Amino acid sequence: MALATARPCGDFRTSYAADKTIFPTRGSLIAALVGILALLALPLVLDRYGLSLLIYIGIYGIGALGLNLLTGCTGQISLGHAAFFGFGAFGSTWLSNKFGVPVALAIPLAGLMTTVVGIVVGLPAARIKGLYLAIATLAAQYILEDFFARAEWFSGGAAGAHARPYELFGFRLAGESAYFYVVLAHLVVLYVFATNLLRTRDGRAFVAVRDHYLSAEVMGIDLTRYKVLAFGISTFYAAVAGALMAHYVGFVSSESINILLSIQFFAMIIIGGMGSVMGSLMGAAFMVLMPEGLELAVHALRSTSWGDIPQIVNGLAFAKEAAVGLAIVLFLIFEPQGLAHRWRLVKAYWKLYPFAH
Amino acid sequence: MQLDLLALFVVNGLIVGVLYGLVAMCFVLIYKASRVVNFAQGELLLLGAWVCWGAVVQVGLPFWAAFLLTLAFSVVLGILIQVVVLRPLIGEPLISMIMVTVGLSVFFQAILKWIFGVAPQSFPPVLDAQKVNLAGLEVEVAYLASCAVALVALAGFALFFNRSKLGLAMRATAFNQQVAASLGVSVRQVFAMAWAISALVSAMAGIVIGLVNGVSAGLAAFGIKVFPAVILGGLDSIVGAVVGGIIVGVLENLAEYVDGQFLHWGNLYTIAPFYVLVAILMVKPYGLFGTKDIERL
Repeated sequence: MALATARPCGDFRTSYAADKTIFPTRGSLIAALVGILALLALPLVLDRYGLSLLIYIGIYGIGALGLNLLTGCTGQISLGHAAFFGFGAFGSTWLSNKFGVPVALAIPLAGLMTTVVGIVVGLPAARIKGLYLAIATLAAQYILEDFFARAEWFSGGAAGAHARPYELFGFRLAGESAYFYVVLAHLVVLYVFATNLLRTRDGRAFVAVRDHYLSAEVMGIDLTRYKVLAFGISTFYAAVAGALMAHYVGFVSSESINILLSIQFFAMIIIGGMGSVMGSLMGAAFMVLMPEGLELAVHALRSTSWGDIPQIVNGLAFAKEAAVGLAIVLFLIFEPQGLAHRWRLVKAYWKLYPFAH
Repeated sequence: MQLDLLALFVVNGLIVGVLYGLVAMCFVLIYKASRVVNFAQGELLLLGAWVCWGAVVQVGLPFWAAFLLTLAFSVVLGILIQVVVLRPLIGEPLISMIMVTVGLSVFFQAILKWIFGVAPQSFPPVLDAQKVNLAGLEVEVAYLASCAVALVALAGFALFFNRSKLGLAMRATAFNQQVAASLGVSVRQVFAMAWAISALVSAMAGIVIGLVNGVSAGLAAFGIKVFPAVILGGLDSIVGAVVGGIIVGVLENLAEYVDGQFLHWGNLYTIAPFYVLVAILMVKPYGLFGTKDIERL
């Protein structure tokens, strides 16, 4: 993942402070604040359908960011991300149903619980690399999937588990417009944390482990510690996303936690851009909006004179699935650095317009 | 303890294991030649099985014609995948290589479900006898035939690699790409060859399994079973892959036996190879017979 091989012109820094800052200019800080304010006002404008799409983008964005910290930043491949997403979902419902933990608290608690599981998986994973790690995490995915289907005391077994709606101080935050704020709050906190993490010594250690793990070790970076740390943080993000999803949908079944979901998370970070925090959100948005776009296209096709071909209308579910695979392949071939890189290029182009060279 | 039941499970395991070994060998072939980890191996099986089924049932070709047609189709498809998808990615990091084949596998799965539906379909009977008595054990003829096909394919592989010039070129490329290229081996051609052969043999395996179990998306699970097999046998050893496949097959059936007789957990056999896989990777991070990469700064 040569991240910054092709930096756009006009984008150079002369001091470490400038390199580490989150907001390079006052304008970008104002833009971010205005952006968040605009998001806060969105439930006044959008209908329930639009809000539910945004909620999904936010939830998957959190999960994708977790995978991106692990794979994009630390270079550890994980094909078992959905299993941790599922563990968070089941964990949060388990805590809130069985022990009466308030949902607002159960979500971060489920995150911590899953972090422990993630560290248990991550500790041995610190010994294996590359392809072998991919295979081992794939095995972890299947083993945890089997566990969810089997452990009735935890996940309700094959029947699945019902999740309680989100409550805060006795107020029930159900419904799209209320839950939108819940997801947004989690999203902002977790994204700011990740951005900050990457500016610290730990974050730079992650990148060093990714870029060349032997060199990193020679420079005094404890490989095991940072690999396990990355696994822990990544599973925490996945679990919070899973828990948020569980309390939004109201139901978790072990069948929805499959390998395809793991692959979708991976697709998000490839499409968004490996190692880019905002890229995770862009990738999640792409993956949520693409099936909706397909649906719109099919509806448009049906209304035309030669539309209404049963194969196309009935095959919509398969077309959505195929589009996931196709998107992965096409992005890897034509845009391997993802949407985040394209966004940087577009920004740089307009910055120097009309004198770009 | 029912000994004859146990024996039946072991024999079944051996037969399924040979098929696993065959698929694992196709996987290793691609890995050795071009260092691509093919997560879409199971889909190559599935494609072969569906194309053959479509040619027999929907078009109405005789079985042998459909079989040959499928093989030709697989060769073309294998080369196409290599040229269109993987050639642009040469030199990209491992993650891209892995994910592109994962993407391919999702794509093919969905497209095949779209074209052929989700319901399992069975071939019209090709063989006359259904079961045969083998040393006191009832074994399905189709199983035996599939085992025979697998063994013929394995022998063919051995001959190809040891006797033919192309096989030699492939071994040379696997050993060291730069040296092979400098000695006049066309590395591009070898990569394409590896995919063509792998797709061809996978399609054969797919058809054979389809004859026995019917064709359904579950066939792609054979591609996943490859991983425990190659971890057991080593990623870059063709013989090891075959042995690993046989071990996984026997292991699965033993797990099913133990589960059915004593534990009653249900579907232990699908997960058992993964537990073994994880256990092996804990002890030996490069697999049982894999070569340890020596890296220098």
